[in-house]
Amino acid sequence: MRLGSTTILRSGLVALIAAMLVITCSVVRAPMANADAAEARYLSPGAMLFSPDGRRMYVVAERGDQLLILDAKAQTVSARIAVGHAPRGLAISPDGTRLYVTNSWDDTVSVIDTKSLAAVQTLVTGAEPTGVVITRDGKTLYVANRLSDDVSLIDVASGQEIKRLMAGRGASYLALSADGKRVYCTHVYPKITGSRTLPQSEITVIDTDRQIVVDRIPLHNVGGVFQMALSPDGKLGVAAQLRPKNLIPLAHVEHGSVFGNSLALFGPAVSGVVQVPLDELDRYFAMPYSVAMTSDQSKLYVSTGGSGSVTAISLPKLLSFVRSAPKDIGNDLSASANYVTSRIPVGANPRNLLLSPDGKTLYVTNRMDDTIDVISTRTDKVVSTIDLGGRKDYNALRQGERIFYATKYSFQGAFSCANCHIDATFDGIQWDLEPDGFGKDIVDDRSIEDLSGTEPFKWNGGNPNMATECGPRTEKFFYRSQSYSAEELANLVTFVMALPVRPNRYRLPAGEMTASQERGKTIFNRAAYKDGRPIPKENQCAYCHSGPKYSNNQLFDVGTGKATDRSPKIDVPHLPNVAYSAPYLHDGSARSMEEIWTVFNPKDTHGVSNDLTKDELNDLIEYLRTL
Amino acid sequence: MKSRSWWLALLLAIAAPLLAATPDMPRFQWQSFTVANGLPNDHVFCVLVDGERIWAGTENGLALYEGGKWKVFGTADGLAHRAVLSLALDKRSGDLWVGTMGGLSHVSAGRIDTYNQLNSGLSNDVVYGVAVQGDYIWTATAAGASRLNTRTGQWSLFNERNTPMYEIWTYGISVGPDKVYYAVWGGGVLEYDIKTERWKDYNDPDGETEIVLFKDQGLIHEITTSVSYIDKVLWVATYFGDSRYDGRNWHNFMAKDSGLPSNFTNQVKALDANRAWFSTDKGLAYYDGTNWAIYRPALDTGKPEMYVRDADGQITNIAVDSAPAHNYVLAVDFQGNDIWVATAKGLSHGIRNK
Repeated sequence: MRLGSTTILRSGLVALIAAMLVITCSVVRAPMANADAAEARYLSPGAMLFSPDGRRMYVVAERGDQLLILDAKAQTVSARIAVGHAPRGLAISPDGTRLYVTNSWDDTVSVIDTKSLAAVQTLVTGAEPTGVVITRDGKTLYVANRLSDDVSLIDVASGQEIKRLMAGRGASYLALSADGKRVYCTHVYPKITGSRTLPQSEITVIDTDRQIVVDRIPLHNVGGVFQMALSPDGKLGVAAQLRPKNLIPLAHVEHGSVFGNSLALFGPAVSGVVQVPLDELDRYFAMPYSVAMTSDQSKLYVSTGGSGSVTAISLPKLLSFVRSAPKDIGNDLSASANYVTSRIPVGANPRNLLLSPDGKTLYVTNRMDDTIDVISTRTDKVVSTIDLGGRKDYNALRQGERIFYATKYSFQGAFSCANCHIDATFDGIQWDLEPDGFGKDIVDDRSIEDLSGTEPFKWNGGNPNMATECGPRTEKFFYRSQSYSAEELANLVTFVMALPVRPNRYRLPAGEMTASQERGKTIFNRAAYKDGRPIPKENQCAYCHSGPKYSNNQLFDVGTGKATDRSPKIDVPHLPNVAYSAPYLHDGSARSMEEIWTVFNPKDTHGVSNDLTKDELNDLIEYLRTL
Repeated sequence: MKSRSWWLALLLAIAAPLLAATPDMPRFQWQSFTVANGLPNDHVFCVLVDGERIWAGTENGLALYEGGKWKVFGTADGLAHRAVLSLALDKRSGDLWVGTMGGLSHVSAGRIDTYNQLNSGLSNDVVYGVAVQGDYIWTATAAGASRLNTRTGQWSLFNERNTPMYEIWTYGISVGPDKVYYAVWGGGVLEYDIKTERWKDYNDPDGETEIVLFKDQGLIHEITTSVSYIDKVLWVATYFGDSRYDGRNWHNFMAKDSGLPSNFTNQVKALDANRAWFSTDKGLAYYDGTNWAIYRPALDTGKPEMYVRDADGQITNIAVDSAPAHNYVLAVDFQGNDIWVATAKGLSHGIRNK
C-alpha cells in the first residue's frame, strides 16, 4: 500500500502528538508539578553542587523558590523541585541521598530525597539561613543564619537543632575544611564598632569535633565578606571581600577610593591574614562573591558579580607575590597584575562557582540571566551556556534589578548600588557623601526595604523622590558618570521602590503580641508623661513615626544633630524591620536601639524616654522590633 | 574470769583509737598564684574551671591560666570593666560569660562583646552573678535580675515590680534543670520555676528579725550571698551562717553548732545533696554530710593549717605544709578531685593528695 502525503503527514502528526504526550507525561511525573508556574518566574540561580557520581548538578534558584536538577552531561534541566521561600544554600549528604536547601525567608532547611526528588523533611534554623555544610560523617548540619548572626548545628538523625554558636554580624557563608575538622563562616555585614570607624569583620572557625568556636580570624578594614575556598592541603583559605573606604569622602572614584574589591588569604600558607586586591589601576572588578580553587592548587577563580566576569588567578604567582610584597598591599591597585591571569566575561551578576570533579570545567551561575556559563579551565574561556529556563522577558523590575547589581554605570566600573546595599539591604557603614560637602552630613547607610510611601529620601530629606535619589545624584556624585537612560532610571526606581520587606521574626505566628510587646506598644502610643502631664504632640513617638511605614515623612530636630551636620533636622526614618538595621540614628552613632535613648536623648527631644524605667525601655524596644 | 577481763580490756584498748579515728577528709597540696607569678591582681573574686583551662576574675582583669601561663584580658580587650565579679561557662558553646563592675561581657574564642545598661537591656552594670540556662543568660545585678535570650536578643528584667523581690540587690545565681535560684542580699532567696515561669521567695520565717529565731526554722538569714542548687537540694550562704533546704526541711549551719569556721560566708558550692564547700572570711570549709574540714593559714600564726571536726564535735589537727593563699575566701571551683580557690590575696590550686 502506498501512502499518500496526507497520510504520511497525518501519521507524522500522530507520532509527534504521541511523542509530546510522552514528554508531557514525563514532565508531569517529574516534580515540576510542585514548582507552580515555573516558567513564569525568574530563577536567580545561586548555589550549585554535583552529585557524588558526577551525573547530576543541583542548582538553587533563589527567586524561583526551586531546586533545579540538571543532567550534567547533557547540561539540561531535568527536574525542578519546589522548596521554601528564597532558597540560598545547598549541601549534599556524603552518600548523596539527601540534599539540604536553606530557605532564607522561612528560617528552614528543606531536606530532599535525591532518589524520589521529593522534599521529605523540613528543619528549623535561626533567622535567614543562608550557607549550609554537612560534616564528613553526615551526622551534623551547619547553617549560617544571616539575621540572627549565628550558626545552627542540626543533628541530621533527629532533625533537631543541637545548639547555636555565636558568629559575626550577617553570618552567611560556610566552608568545610578538606579534613572535615573545621567549619569556616564569613559575614556580609561588619561588626557594629561605632560611628565613623573602619569596618571590622571576622572569619569564625568552628571545631567540628568539639562543636565550639575555636578561633575568630580578624579581618581589618573589611565590610562584606562572601564565599570562600579552602585548599586541599589545609594550608590556605581564600575569601571574597569588600574593603570600604568609608573614612574619606566618597568623591574619588577614580583612585579606587570607594571600595577595594579584594580577597582575604588566611592560613599557614600566608602566616595570618593577607588582603590582596582584584582591581586594576583603571578598572574595577566589583562585588567579588565566590571563590573556587583547583585541586592542584594552581588556579583560583573569583566571580565578580558587579562586573559580569570571572577573574582567573595563578595561585603560585599570588603566593609568591604575597610572600615577597610589602606588608600592606590591600589598596595597591597595581598588585593584581602580578597574579591575575585573565578576566573572563560571563553573564549578568555572576555569583556561585563550581569546579567539575575532574577540574576541567568551571561553572558560574549568572544570577540575572538565569543561566550557567561553562568555562574551560584549560583555556579560561566560556565554552557554552546552560539555559535554566524561567521567564525570558525582562520586565521593569528585572531590568531594574540588573541595573542595581551592575557596575558598568559607574566610572571604570568601580561599584554599583549593591556594593553598599548588600543583597538590596544595607552595609552597616557610615559614609561621607560628597554632595553635602566634604566632612558634612556623615550618614549611616539606610535600609531600603519597603520604601514605597516614605518620600522624601536622604537623612536630610533632600531628595523628593527615588528618581532624584538614584538618578542625577547617584550618577553625578557617586558614579562620576551620567550613563542611565531615562528607561534605565525608571526601571531602577521601579525595582528599588518594590523591594519587599523581609519577614519579621519578632512577631508571634498568629500576629498577637507578647506581654512585653503590648506594654511597649502602649509606651509608643502614649500621649502623657507617667505623671499625667501631656506630652507635646511633636514629641510623641507615634506622631512622627506614624502611618503604615511609621514615618510622617517630615523633618524634625530630635537633638541628635552633630556639629558636622548642615542642619539639625533629620528625615523621620521608616521603621519596618528596624530591628535588623543597626546602628541607628542618622550617623550611626547609636550602636543599639537602647543607646538611642540611654545615650542620645538626654533632654527628651527624641521622644520622651527619661521617665521610663529600664523595664519599660526594654518593653518599648521589644515592640519596635515587631514593626 | 580474770583472764577474760584482761582480754576484753586489751581489745578495747586496741579498738578505741580506731573507733575514734579522724574522719578521712580530702587533703591537698596547695599552690598559689599572685601578681608575682602572673595574676593581674591578688584580689580574686571568682574562679572557673574549663577542663584544663582556669579562668580567674580579679580586681584588675580577667585571667586565663592555660599551658602553665597566664593570659590577661582587660578593658583594652573589650572587657566591660577591670573588676571581674562572676563567671559562667556555656558548656554547649564553650563561651564564657563574665560579670563585672561595669557590665556583662561575652568571651568567645578571644572575642569579647559587652552588654551594659546603656547599650543593652541589662538592668544594671554591677553584675554580681551570672549563670547559663540553655539559651538564657541569667545575671544578678545591683538592680535586680536580668535574663538575656541569646537567640532573640530579648532582655527580661525581674525586680520588685514583677517578682516577690523586695530588695533588688541580687548577689548570686544557681541554675538547675527545673529551677533558678537567686541569692538576694537582704532579701532572702528567690526561686524561679522554669516550667511555670513563676517566682517564689524564701525569707526569714518570722518576717521581722532577718534571722531565724529557732534552729532549722527556715532560711537562716535575709542577707544571702550565694546559692547552690544540686540534686534538688538548695544550699544558701549568708553573712550569718548557712542553710540547706531539701524542699521540705531546712537545716542551718552556724559556727557555734557546726564546723563552719565563720558565719560570714561569701559562697557555698555544693558537690551533691550532702556535700558542700564554704568560702568564709576565716578559711575554706568542706562538709561531707557529717564531718567538716577546714583549710587556711592559721588565723594567729599564718602557718598552714588543716583541721577536722567530726560529728561529735571532736577536732583533730592535721599536719600540713601548705594552705590556700589567704583565709578570706571568696569562691571555689572544682577540677576533678582538685579544687581552685579564689581568695583576697591570691588564687590557690589545691592538688588532691589523699
